[in-house]
Amino acid sequence: MAKGTPKPDELSRIDYTPPQKEWMDTPVKLKPGMYCWGAKAKNLQAVGFPNARDWTPADEDWKLPENWEWTVLEGIYDRLKKYRSFQLFLDICVRCGACADKCHFYIGSGDPKNMPVLRAELLRSVYRRHFTFGGKLLGRIAGARKLTLDVLKEWWYYFFQCTECRRCSVFCPYGIDQAEITMMGRELLNLLGLNIDWIQGPVANCYKKGNHLGLEPHTIMSNIEFMLDDIESITGIRIEPSFNRKGAEILFVTPSGDLFADPGTYTCMGYLMLFHELGLDYTWSTYASEGGNFGFFTTNEMAKRLNAKIYAEAKRLGVKWILGGECGHMWRVVHQYMDTWNGPADFLEEPVSPITGTKFENAKTTKMVHIAEFTADLIRHGKLNLDPSRNDHLKVTFHDSCNTSRGMGIFEEPRYIIKNVCNNFYEMPENTIREKTFCCGSGSGLNAGENMELRMRGGLPRANAVKYVHEKYGVNMLANICAIDRAALSTLMDYWVPGVGVTGVHELVANALVMKGEKKRTTNLRGEPLPGVEEEEEEGKEEKEEQGG
Amino acid sequence: MRALFSFIVVIALVAIVFVGVKGANLEFLFGVIIPYAALATFIIGFIYRVVKWGRSPVPFHIPTTCGQQKTLPWIKDSKIENPSTTAGVIARMALEVLVFRSLFRNLKTDLREGPRLAYGSDKWLWLAGLAFHWSFLIIAFRHLRFFMQDVPVVVQWVEGLDSFLQIGAPLLYITDVIIITAVTYLFLRRVYIPQVRYISLAADYFPLFLILGIAISGVLMRYFIKVHVVGVKELAMGLVSFNPTIPEGIGVIFYIHLFLICVLFAYFPFSKLMHMGGVFLSPTRNLANNSRMVRHVNPWNYPVKVHTYEEYEEEFREKMKMAGLPVEKE
Repeated sequence: MAKGTPKPDELSRIDYTPPQKEWMDTPVKLKPGMYCWGAKAKNLQAVGFPNARDWTPADEDWKLPENWEWTVLEGIYDRLKKYRSFQLFLDICVRCGACADKCHFYIGSGDPKNMPVLRAELLRSVYRRHFTFGGKLLGRIAGARKLTLDVLKEWWYYFFQCTECRRCSVFCPYGIDQAEITMMGRELLNLLGLNIDWIQGPVANCYKKGNHLGLEPHTIMSNIEFMLDDIESITGIRIEPSFNRKGAEILFVTPSGDLFADPGTYTCMGYLMLFHELGLDYTWSTYASEGGNFGFFTTNEMAKRLNAKIYAEAKRLGVKWILGGECGHMWRVVHQYMDTWNGPADFLEEPVSPITGTKFENAKTTKMVHIAEFTADLIRHGKLNLDPSRNDHLKVTFHDSCNTSRGMGIFEEPRYIIKNVCNNFYEMPENTIREKTFCCGSGSGLNAGENMELRMRGGLPRANAVKYVHEKYGVNMLANICAIDRAALSTLMDYWVPGVGVTGVHELVANALVMKGEKKRTTNLRGEPLPGVEEEEEEGKEEKEEQGG
Repeated sequence: MRALFSFIVVIALVAIVFVGVKGANLEFLFGVIIPYAALATFIIGFIYRVVKWGRSPVPFHIPTTCGQQKTLPWIKDSKIENPSTTAGVIARMALEVLVFRSLFRNLKTDLREGPRLAYGSDKWLWLAGLAFHWSFLIIAFRHLRFFMQDVPVVVQWVEGLDSFLQIGAPLLYITDVIIITAVTYLFLRRVYIPQVRYISLAADYFPLFLILGIAISGVLMRYFIKVHVVGVKELAMGLVSFNPTIPEGIGVIFYIHLFLICVLFAYFPFSKLMHMGGVFLSPTRNLANNSRMVRHVNPWNYPVKVHTYEEYEEEFREKMKMAGLPVEKE
């Protein structure tokens, strides 16, 4: 935990009373722990972003270019013409306030500018002043204000206190989506080189090296080698996956977070074991070694530039279709953007499971299948030999990731898998799951260390729902299908609900998977003894003694 | 403060028409010229706004999915909350527009000791919103009797239903009571809920006062300060037949009612009231979740600079060869 982060009982005293002063008269104060470091010059330069320089958000001087106001206003004008969502969402809000207490950051902080409606008004007010007749004429009384340096700083602070989770848009009577406003707000900030380094660093890495973590080709392979060693010692089976192999049937793409740190690595071991067991003709790629897309948190154009590698690599390798691992925003991008940006993928074939023959009709033009869809289909057809009792020491609940929930709707597939590989599954309260799920508090590139207070505040609603099932049913494992979740929720659980672990769904699958020719497993992928194993050993000893006697 | 400002503006509007009609005999201005001007502003302004929205493309396929997607045949998809077909989208939009589906989901979040977060159902906003919009629609529909020589049977039915309680003479319309109650509630919640007060603008209070003014003046006219109804119909018929006349002795309360309606019409296209048109265009609601089945085309999609595989291999070739990775160029 970062230094200076308040303790849970201190942090959970939240005051929801808005200040006496009107919000336009309350200039932004950057509170340490609530924001991230500014994007470094070298990371902005790496992808040719404007105004590349080192800067510090806490400094008075943000080293903005000359005429920056004009750049921003022109940027707004440009985007009004390009995005109906932006134009419409600036125009039709009636400020009914239905979205206010739906935002995890508002619930966790009580800061009124974190109510989605007000976060949008931060930009809307400037739009009114500079782009509408009423705003120009009436000014403040029409809710209009000029673009000033204070306003710009306020935007920066609050557009990086939104994880683009879209929960507000579920409740809005017009479907106004704060994620769209935040995305536009961040695009505008990017025109001035005002991103955060936790986003910009991975973007620069991904552009040059193919993944956010900056893993070079040989490192990707050696990271996977380590996992293969572990798998071998647990199962006795040596897996030999292929990399950058031409002519494979399937290209597999997953977020690089799965290659790097636990518990993501256990999920990755799960993929490797599953594919091996199936004898799947697939390949990894070191060039397209990132499913996630932090470019999505800078500009639409940058997101497209990073995403382009997936189709390009699929084409180069001559695969038939693409399979995607467990990740949240990756799937928002794949599902709703990839084909539009970089398609049509007419060089690929409509995805068909080589094991079951199932046609994935829902992916027939994008040609990319979610691994939960793929695995659910396998289980349904009885293609996997599963022993769910190996997960009997776990009481599992499932966290729906924002992006796969509200930008896709993949609810049943992961649940079906979990229920087939675990015997103890409990749902969190209904208002905190599925389309009403709460963000981990660290999405959209905000999972840094320096903004820990923000993350713990934003994660409060999610953690609180976990705590409920932890206390009621003894839930001790939080499953999910998102790499950011695997990283962020671990910290969040340690802070709010100690005693609950975090796992990817395919880790649970691999633990339950009885592989052909495997030795008797005594531990799970984490090296912890399997349930029942210790007692069996004890019993075995006694038997031997009896025999000996 | 912002509420007071809006209130004063509405009072001033009433004063203007009162003085104009009573003091300056400007019946023709308020009875003919302004109504035509207001209606023209409404129609042109409304179309202009919708066309302006329509000219901005929908570059990406971004429905907010609120149910199970359509995937494997044995998984039941949520055909309306997460539609994959046009019929599903129509059903979703119909629910949204007719019964405010999304607002029906509304919850109230409570932070209790522990900390423990609780989410209670909170349907008051939904109920008041629905009551307000539907009674407004029914009232507007009832008014058709003033614009047609023979009152259509449907209008008579609606009038009959609306007054089925059979209270008073003339019979009390239920919608009159509902609209005043609902608008009053919507105003009070704006003032009393601190968060909502904090975000409210003059532009949020003004339409409420204006509509309240319209409803109250209408009620006064029907039940208390009687006007010359035959004259009103004559004026209305004159307007629709483009042969305007100003009958004598209609009563100033009618002109107040009419003028406030005109202000509402003229104000409409410049305001948040345009949500009426906008809701149909909302890309998070009116698109089917089929973006992996049917390719969505962005009209302004343009080529971007990417880091190609060739550039990548150029940089890492030696390392790749060392690791045993296949390369394109030896």
